[in-house]
Amino acid sequence: MSFSEIFVQAPSAVHWLILSSLLFSIGIYGILTRRNAVGILMSTELLLNSASLNFVVFNKFVAPSSVDGQVMSLFVIAVAAAEVVVGMAIFVALFKCRKTVDVTQMNLMRN
Amino acid sequence: MGLLSWLILLPFLTALAVVCVPARRWMMIRWIALAGTGLHLILTGIATFRFWGLAMPDVASMKTATLMKLYLVEQVPWFQTLGIQYHVGVDGISMAMVILTSIIIFTGVLASWNVKERTKEFFVLLLTLVTGVFGVFLSFDLFLFFMFYEVAVLPMYLLIGIWGTGPKEYAAMKLTLMLLVGSAFILVGILALYHASGLHTFDLTRLAQVSYSTDLQYWVFPMLFVGFGVLGALYPFHTWSPDGHASAPTAVSMLHAGVLMKLGGYGALRIAVYLLPDGAKDWGLFFMALTTINILYGSFGAIVQKDLKYFTAYSSVSHCGFVLFGVAALNLMGVKGAVIQMFSHGIMTGLFFGLIGMVYGRTHTRMINEMGGLAKVMPWLAVCFYVGGLASLGLPGFSGFVAESHVFLGGFFGNPWTNAVAMKTLTVIATLSIVVTAVYVLRGLARVFQGPIENHHFLELTDATLTEKISTGVLVATLAFAGIMPWFLIDLIESSIMPIINRLHATGTMVAFY
Amino acid sequence: MMFQNLGFMLNHTWLIPAIPFFSFLLVGLFIRPRSPKLAGIVATVAVFAAACCAYVLAWEYFHLFPAGTERHALVPWNFEWLRYQEHLAVRAGVLVDPISVLLMVVVTTVSALVHLYSIGYMHGDQGYGRYFTWLNLFTFSMLGLVVAPNILQMYVCWELVGASSFLLIGFYYEKPSAVAASKKAFIVTRFADLGFLLGVIILGYYGYHFFGELSPALAQQMGQYTAGGVVDPFDFAYLTHPEVLSKFVGLGTGFLGVSLLTMAMVLVYMGAAGKSAMFPLHIWLPDAMEGPTPVSALIHAATMVVAGVYLVARTFLVFATSGDALMVVAYIGAFTSLFAAVIGCTQDDIKRVLAFSTLSQLGYMMFALGVATMDHPLGYTASMFHLFTHAFFKALLFLGAGALIHAVHSNEIWDMGGLARKMPITHATVLIATLAIAGIWPLAGFFSKDEILVSALENQHYGIFGLGLLVAGITAFYMFRIYFVSFWGKARSKHAEHAHEAPLVMLIPLMILAVLSVVAGWVPMGEFVSLGGASHGAAEGAHHGINWAVAGPSLFVAAIGISVAWFLYGSGHEERSKSVASSLGGVYTTIKRKFYFDELYLFITHKVVFRFVAAPIAWFDRHVVDGGVNLSGWITRTSSTALSRLQTGQVQTYGAWFVGGSIGALLVLWHLMF
Repeated sequence: MSFSEIFVQAPSAVHWLILSSLLFSIGIYGILTRRNAVGILMSTELLLNSASLNFVVFNKFVAPSSVDGQVMSLFVIAVAAAEVVVGMAIFVALFKCRKTVDVTQMNLMRN
Repeated sequence: MGLLSWLILLPFLTALAVVCVPARRWMMIRWIALAGTGLHLILTGIATFRFWGLAMPDVASMKTATLMKLYLVEQVPWFQTLGIQYHVGVDGISMAMVILTSIIIFTGVLASWNVKERTKEFFVLLLTLVTGVFGVFLSFDLFLFFMFYEVAVLPMYLLIGIWGTGPKEYAAMKLTLMLLVGSAFILVGILALYHASGLHTFDLTRLAQVSYSTDLQYWVFPMLFVGFGVLGALYPFHTWSPDGHASAPTAVSMLHAGVLMKLGGYGALRIAVYLLPDGAKDWGLFFMALTTINILYGSFGAIVQKDLKYFTAYSSVSHCGFVLFGVAALNLMGVKGAVIQMFSHGIMTGLFFGLIGMVYGRTHTRMINEMGGLAKVMPWLAVCFYVGGLASLGLPGFSGFVAESHVFLGGFFGNPWTNAVAMKTLTVIATLSIVVTAVYVLRGLARVFQGPIENHHFLELTDATLTEKISTGVLVATLAFAGIMPWFLIDLIESSIMPIINRLHATGTMVAFY
Repeated sequence: MMFQNLGFMLNHTWLIPAIPFFSFLLVGLFIRPRSPKLAGIVATVAVFAAACCAYVLAWEYFHLFPAGTERHALVPWNFEWLRYQEHLAVRAGVLVDPISVLLMVVVTTVSALVHLYSIGYMHGDQGYGRYFTWLNLFTFSMLGLVVAPNILQMYVCWELVGASSFLLIGFYYEKPSAVAASKKAFIVTRFADLGFLLGVIILGYYGYHFFGELSPALAQQMGQYTAGGVVDPFDFAYLTHPEVLSKFVGLGTGFLGVSLLTMAMVLVYMGAAGKSAMFPLHIWLPDAMEGPTPVSALIHAATMVVAGVYLVARTFLVFATSGDALMVVAYIGAFTSLFAAVIGCTQDDIKRVLAFSTLSQLGYMMFALGVATMDHPLGYTASMFHLFTHAFFKALLFLGAGALIHAVHSNEIWDMGGLARKMPITHATVLIATLAIAGIWPLAGFFSKDEILVSALENQHYGIFGLGLLVAGITAFYMFRIYFVSFWGKARSKHAEHAHEAPLVMLIPLMILAVLSVVAGWVPMGEFVSLGGASHGAAEGAHHGINWAVAGPSLFVAAIGISVAWFLYGSGHEERSKSVASSLGGVYTTIKRKFYFDELYLFITHKVVFRFVAAPIAWFDRHVVDGGVNLSGWITRTSSTALSRLQTGQVQTYGAWFVGGSIGALLVLWHLMF
């Protein structure tokens, strides 16, 4: 297919998967490089959403008759929310103690 | 419970009895230890008589046997799924070693009569250690053997690190780590045998009936021999010995140099050579060369030592070389010499370290150059030292000559699987040690005991106390007895060595005799 | 068997070494701590008892085999002491044959007399009890050596003799020079014993192999004079048997192209040379004079040092089969006798002169054995004869010197002088001994020395004969030198002026020995001791008359020696000796310093062995081998420190590893699956 033809056709599974892997990479990059702890949480969200997108895509293109993938996606959203709550609680406690949420400062286990 | 189990457990029970005594009653503690070890000595005597009665009728049949015969056996399954049993028994070699250990621990307790600091912990650890030693000599299940081996090594760390002198932490750490590395090699070897035999058992007598493949033997034998050799001060793995012996307290040095180092020779003979005869034949010459280096190197090193304990430690390295040299010679005279040397040197070095402790306790120095003329004030100690010294240089009339002459003849006579010229050359080189040993022994002793007394403080020193006289007297008497009437010791061990030699002859092919 | 009807002593020969042994134990362990005086008496009585047993034994043995019959070596008692393996053992036993009987008589007699003398000499010494303990131990060891029926028992007793000598030389252990001398003696003889041991091992190894090839009949024949009928490869009966010897010869060459038999015998000779202080292993004997004088008399004159000669005599047939080894014996013996005689002329310490004199006479005994052959074995008889006579007059000389030293409290001859009048009995006995050693007729030394010279001549060793003659002259010279300086002239020190005769207990042995020094030469030795068992009484020229071709020159040479000594050292002539000494200058000093051999020995041990062998080895062990162990520790610590830097403490680092690792694992898995 030529480059212009890609944009004319309806999106197939491949396109969606490329999207989700892009999202995944952005998420990984964010986790590994962001200084701010909240930023890491946000990147984690991206990660989870890309996984959730993968579920939906496979649901639609591979097994359209069942709804398992979309249900899974709902689960992911719920879990992600819970996890963010827990993470934020930890960071608030950390901020009270250290006055910063910069993860590069958290190296008490060094060596 | 059988006699042998009592022999193993009695020191441990004595240790438990010591645990029950409050720490401040240190005098009672040492009497309990003495009573326990004295009782143990009596039990050993009883066991020897019973063993003698059982074993002597079998002497003729043992001449051609390839399977060792054990007496007073107790065999109880332990971890059946893994094939581990509680299997103890005794044969001539084990009996000799048990007698040695009994004597040394008894005299060692006497030599530790003045340990006042943390006496309780000291005796508990010492007795536990000795339990391990007896266990090693009496067990015939490889797992049990290894377990007791570890029990014999580990208390060393605490004993040297706490009650020692000089760079004790360093010495303790070095000793324990090196010996554990040796144990690691042994463990690998044992597991290799366990798996290769396919019998799913750790029982030595059953593993001995399997004929392992020569390729397996080729790499397992050196692993086992080196592993045991680390404890037996095989060159170049001997360096834990000078620092370890020098820093250890008296009784610990006596026990370690006198008994623990013999565990190495015992294991090398009992497990490495007996189970893997083809491996022994392949590697025999190599180890013989290493031990020749041991013998000469140790004696040259002893000449220039300034500290009396290092002097004795290097002497031990040299004499333990004889043990492994005899084992590596792989013939009857060599192996017999090795076992006799294990016994003889054990007593001798126990005597030496005991005496050094007594002298140090009086002069508060171990430096040879700072002493002199001590024979005038401590005649008993001087005579015992000279007896030990003359015995160690192989003077006939003491057991050292019996051992060394066996080893030299064995090495020279050779065996059918090794290059005869090489073995003869190595033996001739090893005999040079009789001169070098004479040099360092006489020089060292002359500088300590003879000549005029230069340090006036020494004029007030006293000679041996009663306990010291008993401990040194027992050791000197043993040396003389084994030297003047060697047939007891020889008859005890000879028929037990025959299976090992017969097995060597029965397997594999022979090199042309040239 | 034949051992039923022998005499009492022949059946109980083991008593002779056993009595001193039990006395040693008794005295050392029980009597000495309580009563030193009693210790001395018990020890002396024991040795006298052994001596009486020896005389009875000699009488019985030579009656069992009268002159003209073949004398067999009997082994009336032996048992297996140390079994190495089947057919290879050290058997402890007693061997009775002409030379062992001879030596038993000599050793017990001299030892008994020395014990008696010591009661006087060592009176009041703090170590009195210890002294007698060691003397008894020595006597036992020496007797054990002499009666050894096999070479390993001889080696065992050889070592014990060395140990007793060590203990006795170092008796005055607070004197550094005595300590050093005892160490030197032991180490030099140990070095020699190394050769002996190697020789024994070689003989045992090949002997054992040949033993297996022997027919049972032959083995039985070898054992027929042994109690129990068993002979093993270390036995002298086995080693000297012609069958076995021919097998040894058939071994051919070994290391360096030397015949194996020669190599083994030269190694054995190394041991003999060390014990008998042959050059270059002689260095320990002069220093051994640090011991008490009776010890020097017993050990370093009459008994221990002749052990080497005895060993060569015992194994003479083996030496003779390997002709080269016998040549080595001869030449070293001859050289030593000259070397020692020359040095003896310059020494001022009376005991040192006697020590060098002993060396010189031992050289005689050795080369006498060396020049003998199986066809003309007169040298064998001569050597044993000289051993016999020398034991007596040398012991007498030492004991007499002890009396002199006791009187003037010094060893130096230049502190003595004019003692002839003050100590008449000592003077008379020492004069007899000096005449004996100079070889003056009719004293003992004349006969034995002449026999040696005759044997050298007979076997066409003209060089050795000439050398022997020369040394005889030098011997007469230096012996009379000390005689003249000590006994004639004016007293040269305060002590010499007030000297008095020795106590009776010291004089009796001197007198007995003087009588022996006179009559010992009249014994027709050839009828008792000769090779081949059969006594060659008349055939081998022993005392059917004096061989004037030899006796003439030897007396002449001795006379010259005595005259020169009188000329240089007689009373009033002392200035002449000093001018001769100074005119010889550097040569004299070198000889006086014993050709600097002691310095050489110290140099080799201290500078070479200790500095370049022992110290580097100790350094190597501490820094390289132990360094390797420490290196492993260092590597472990450093690498763990380095690896711990991976633990940054930051979650993101761990996360990065996690992601990277998972991607890597997935790729690997992908690769493996497709």
